[in-house]
Amino acid sequence: MLEARRLSLARQSRQLFSDVSFSLEPGHALLLQGRNGAGKTSMLRILAGLARPDEGNVCWHGKVISQSPDYLESLLYLGHHAAVNTELSPTENLRYLCALHNDDSASIDDILSAVGLAGYEDIPAGQLSAGQQRRIALSRLWLSSAPLWILDEPLTALDVRAVAGLERRFKQHLEDGGMLIVTTHQPAILPEHATQRLELSGLDLEAET
Amino acid sequence: MFKWLHPYAKSENLYRLSGKFLFWFGWLGFVGAIIGTVWGLGFTPADYQQGDSFRIIYLHVPTAMLSMSGYLGMAIAAFIGTVWQQRHADMTVIAIAPVGAVYTFLALFTGAVWGKPTWGTYWVWDARLTSELILLFLYLGVIALYYAYEDRRSGARAAAILAMVGVINVPIIHYSVVWWNSLHQGATITVFEKPKMDTSMLWPLLINIVSFGLILGAFTLMRLRNDLLMKEGHRPWVKQVLEGKH
Amino acid sequence: MSPLLETMRRETLLVMRKKSDVLNPLVFYLLVISLFPLGVGPAPETLARIAPGVIWVAILLSVMLSLERLFRDDYRDGSLEQMLLSPHAGAGLVLAKVLSHWLMICVPMLVLSPLAALLMGVSLKALVAMMLSLLAATPALSMIGAVGAALTVGVGRSGVLLSLLILPLFIPVLIFATAAIDAAAMSLPYFGQLALLAAFSVAAITLAPFAVIAALRIGVQ
Repeated sequence: MLEARRLSLARQSRQLFSDVSFSLEPGHALLLQGRNGAGKTSMLRILAGLARPDEGNVCWHGKVISQSPDYLESLLYLGHHAAVNTELSPTENLRYLCALHNDDSASIDDILSAVGLAGYEDIPAGQLSAGQQRRIALSRLWLSSAPLWILDEPLTALDVRAVAGLERRFKQHLEDGGMLIVTTHQPAILPEHATQRLELSGLDLEAET
Repeated sequence: MFKWLHPYAKSENLYRLSGKFLFWFGWLGFVGAIIGTVWGLGFTPADYQQGDSFRIIYLHVPTAMLSMSGYLGMAIAAFIGTVWQQRHADMTVIAIAPVGAVYTFLALFTGAVWGKPTWGTYWVWDARLTSELILLFLYLGVIALYYAYEDRRSGARAAAILAMVGVINVPIIHYSVVWWNSLHQGATITVFEKPKMDTSMLWPLLINIVSFGLILGAFTLMRLRNDLLMKEGHRPWVKQVLEGKH
Repeated sequence: MSPLLETMRRETLLVMRKKSDVLNPLVFYLLVISLFPLGVGPAPETLARIAPGVIWVAILLSVMLSLERLFRDDYRDGSLEQMLLSPHAGAGLVLAKVLSHWLMICVPMLVLSPLAALLMGVSLKALVAMMLSLLAATPALSMIGAVGAALTVGVGRSGVLLSLLILPLFIPVLIFATAAIDAAAMSLPYFGQLALLAAFSVAAITLAPFAVIAALRIGVQ
């Protein structure tokens, strides 16, 4: 179970959010909403442990994440940048990422063809389209066994077929008892009954006093 | 540990507390520096070897000593900021840095001015002057790194790490420069190693060292307070302070 | 394969794909050295006198230039975040990365050194000392430089800033390495200097990775 306790964050004397708390149970998804600049990405980075909030903390199974040794094992984070090196081929990129995260690299080729990159395995990623590069990064959703996924705008640059594939994968992940935290402008791809929503309003100066 | 810091971890308390310290540091340092300098320049006997030119010691030695102590203080603040994640400690690092850099510059400047009558040239690659020059570069690195970051808080954290890496290297650099100096120049005449100072010469020096230290503290606190107001500009207590409601 | 070996494999692949990252610092190294005879005149005794200093300054500068790319691409494409989120995140991954840098930048410099020595008219004895000092000291340069590269990773044009941060820290290495070559040229023992350089390297390898990780965490924030 992931819990956020009274998170606050200010950026350059602007309060992005304050006192945000929520908890996420296995089998549930959390959809972060808010206009541009409301702090969605900052929130995801705090939840992943990449950034620190001004106040509050994030707990994984009751333990603060910085002191929870198995948190990184349980986490799959896909950020704004795809973590795809343009000089390396899709296979080489995924081999490295799998090694970093203890994922099984044996099925990389199968999964690359499943996400529609068959025939592109050995081409430097820089020569592929933005959508294809996204698919390389998203292949990790099939390779990883992490229960908690934190995804920042996973649908960017994807075509309709890829979005449909992702929707099925999300559904399956939640049915398997996984957790999902996501920002997206297409909330329809999440199963309605298992989705919580969190609206970040992007408080302004006056709102705090 | 460092529980006592926590009440002051609130910016507002820190602002008010540092205001009280600033008052005392500023006045004591200011008055002390005037007494020490006037005494040193006007009322001590002239050195039998160097005549009146030695009197610059009353500026050179305090600035040189405090430039080193300033760096050490900066590293200690950086350590506290890193280990106990005290944001205000990181802010202190960056409050000290420019003040320390100015002291280092003054030490170099007074050293050069002193060098002219003593060595006949403004600059020699004396071990201490060289160390001081490198110290200036280390200070400038910390300052430059801080201002290179767009996010001031990340900048302060990065500067803190650099200060800690630097402080480990300061003694290594110093001793390697001393060794290098002895290797290349043989025994140089160092005016800095006073055989024995007369007490009448020593008192004003001690007063000046303490006063310059207080002034360094005062400038640091001023910068820290400014920084607090800037960073917390959106908070109600800052508005109160700025409207004069203490 | 273990994450450390996989990291080194990846770094090697990247260098093979983008050879300029390795070749540019090496060309720079030889270029700087060949500027000096043009600047101070080709008299062999002058060159032999300044050779150790010139060669080592050239080494410091080219190592520094090569460091700028150490974390830059990974920062831009998000790989750095993934590295920090790895359960293996820690000194090991940093060491693997810096070791790859050392193997691919510093070792070729070692190989090119006889050429540099030839250009500056360095004797055979001094050349041996130079190779040994390179071997003992360049791990420290890579490690300390990695701290600087990590501190400037989140900063835009970082080249000049990087030099301001790390060149002062390179000074002890410069002093002892040139002293070793000087001593060798005068047929004096230089084991002490080499031992100190090796000690720097050991200390840097033990301490610097922690500073690198702390700095990278700030960089990605």
